[in-house]
Amino acid sequence: MMDESTNKMSSKELLGMLQTQYYADLAVAREQGRKVAWASSIVPQEILETMDVAVCYPENHAAAIAAKGAAMPYIDRAEALGYSNDICSYARINLAYADILKNDTKNEVVNIPRPDFVVCVNNICSVLIKWYECLAKFWNVPYILIDVPYNYDGAVTQDRVDYIKEQLKDFIRQLEEICGKKFDYDKFTRVMKISNRTAHAWSRAMAYAAMKPSPMDGFNMFNYMSMMVCLRGKESSYHLYEAIEREMEAFVAQNKSQYRGEQKYRLMWDGIACWPYLRHNYKTLYKNGIIMVASNYPKTWALTYDVNDMDDMARVYAGIGNNCCVETQAKNRKEILLENKVDGIVYHINRSCKIMDFAQPEVRRKVYEDTHIPYITFDGDQSDPKNFSEAQFETRVQGLVENMDQLNG
Amino acid sequence: MMNGAINNVGDNIRKRRADGQKIVGILPVYVPEELVYAAGMFPVGCWGGSASISKAAKYFPPFACSIMQIVMEFAENGVYKDLSAFLLSAPCDTLKCVNQDLLTACPDQKVIPIIYPQNSKPEYSVRYTMSELAKVKAKLEEIAGEKITAEKINDAIQVYNENRLAMQEFYQVAAEKPGCITARQRHIVAKSSYFMDKAEHARAVRELSQRLREEPAAAWTGRKVMLAGIISEPAGVLDILDELNMYVVADELAHEARQFRTLVPEGIDQMERLARHYQNMDSCSLIYDPHKSRADLIAEHAKRNGADGVIYYQMKFCDPEEFDYPWIKKACDEVNIPILNIEVDQTTLSLEQVRTRMQAFDETFS
Ligand code: SF4
Ligand code: SF4
Repeated sequence: MMDESTNKMSSKELLGMLQTQYYADLAVAREQGRKVAWASSIVPQEILETMDVAVCYPENHAAAIAAKGAAMPYIDRAEALGYSNDICSYARINLAYADILKNDTKNEVVNIPRPDFVVCVNNICSVLIKWYECLAKFWNVPYILIDVPYNYDGAVTQDRVDYIKEQLKDFIRQLEEICGKKFDYDKFTRVMKISNRTAHAWSRAMAYAAMKPSPMDGFNMFNYMSMMVCLRGKESSYHLYEAIEREMEAFVAQNKSQYRGEQKYRLMWDGIACWPYLRHNYKTLYKNGIIMVASNYPKTWALTYDVNDMDDMARVYAGIGNNCCVETQAKNRKEILLENKVDGIVYHINRSCKIMDFAQPEVRRKVYEDTHIPYITFDGDQSDPKNFSEAQFETRVQGLVENMDQLNG
Repeated sequence: MMNGAINNVGDNIRKRRADGQKIVGILPVYVPEELVYAAGMFPVGCWGGSASISKAAKYFPPFACSIMQIVMEFAENGVYKDLSAFLLSAPCDTLKCVNQDLLTACPDQKVIPIIYPQNSKPEYSVRYTMSELAKVKAKLEEIAGEKITAEKINDAIQVYNENRLAMQEFYQVAAEKPGCITARQRHIVAKSSYFMDKAEHARAVRELSQRLREEPAAAWTGRKVMLAGIISEPAGVLDILDELNMYVVADELAHEARQFRTLVPEGIDQMERLARHYQNMDSCSLIYDPHKSRADLIAEHAKRNGADGVIYYQMKFCDPEEFDYPWIKKACDEVNIPILNIEVDQTTLSLEQVRTRMQAFDETFS
């Protein structure tokens, strides 16, 4: 797939092509005799890729629906199915999508196939466990749960590592059964290497935003990251991230940036994007000369570990920010703020995401105490368009600008 | 006596403190409370209460469940100042954060987490639970200033199992004699277990069951219902049940029946017994349930106890329960048991809407 012509493509074109290709591959997966899984976004995809499973990511898919402004019919349908409006909107969109996929003959958005099994790692939240219970029951398919205990003390201790490793072994055993073939450990090593190379390329690409001025417009990270979620274990994705790197190098050489305005203030975006209002959010910041240079969210997928070291792999998958104590989460953010020379922070109080929102006040407090970087919060939702007010966002951003100005004298 | 235990929690705790006993707060839903008891400390339930929320806003936006909002409100208001520690698990995202928030709000109390495995059935999970239990035990020993011996754990398990058996017996007797007790009284019998010595509570419950057994059965003309959900508070809702002549024949509330239905199994290693207790638990919104067996259990249980309907107390903003509801409704529909979903939280002041919905529900039977 990657050849001379793709080498000449811009990262944006390449991303578009990969996304199209990814969904096209999913559409024919079953005909090609591949098993289809629905998986949570930070699953050890290495294991699924080794078994050539076609993996759909409901969170990513729901975000794509929301970014297209198409979430409402799903949200209404989920409610009609009996799911409370207070549930995470990714889950609601996906559960409604599943229902449409199964029960409606006329369906205009069929772009992920039904699953043969579901697999979930609760490393970003406990909501996933329950959501996937509903999916497994609904589709009447096997459910593989890899449970990673909450790291209230920061470290992924060895007893947790041991417990997770046993589950990974079970995961492989169950996959062998589902797919009817043996697990190929040599291929596994190759996939781990690719995944690490991708993660490194992703980290390097994101690191361009740390330059001042930044050649990269941080909002693009929200788009680029989709392939980190979906294709981490495939060579095509490191081509993408390496292409981004090359592009950024060229920008630096020409003193250019993807962000066309004056970069007056550098921002960290905390939490998930507000997909239905991405353009509005972007414009509001842009009007104020604010460039987003960092976010804890895309960074989550920069997963690197020692290849063939299952302990390390278990630790990395269990050590995701959301699954760690407030102290660790605050420390991670302080590092990001420093590295990226951030002037201000926007914290998304995301109506959907309890784990992020409920940890946030303490994280915010600790980060502020140590950095005194001004911040604002706003009420939003990653994919339910009902829970956001443009006016509130604009006023808060205005307030942030005033605070940043004051500090800069 | 049981009412007294609920109404005089503060006095009771202060008295115990004066006698030199240490107090440990027990948060929802499952923790190895036996270890606290074995250490000679007094476990006291922290399942919220009634309060209006203001200081908890420091930790939570408005869309967190009321139990934890109130726990944090109490924490900020010094309500827990007589406690030496909190023992809590983290099966939901809200509780993970409460684990952290208590560190800030209650610097004088130790926060002791136990993170149970969600994949609870495999044998390797028992090993993991045992390692968590060992950490809890060491932290409790530090507070108690003494070792918790295997013998003491064994004794504590016995007391707790006795208590569970007494509650199971009570539920059975109460179910067999509709009208013998009010919905609020039934709730108090369970709730008082969080504030009394478990041995004493078991004795009181046995006596009550005996009395109920001896009473002649009255003819019951009202409806029979089963309650499901996290907690049946505010208790005013229970008074509405009584007013409407609805008798609670069974429940599967996290705060009530779910606490008593699984015994600690026999065994040689006491810590392993506690680990296997958790392994044996099932059909709960807070333990991985890939087949949604909870839904079937509720439907079956309602049927077996002759319930005319199920009342699902949806704790507002409790997502583990929200994900279960459609499946519970489906399971109840399949056995033709009507189900009413009432969204409540502990801070609800006016129950008029709930009353109207319950009346409408009651009318569906006639
Ligand atoms: S948005 Fe939050 S609650 Fe929803 S799946 Fe992601 S981490 Fe979980
Ligand atoms: S969200 Fe539900 S399970 Fe979690 S603390 Fe609140 S009531 Fe309990």
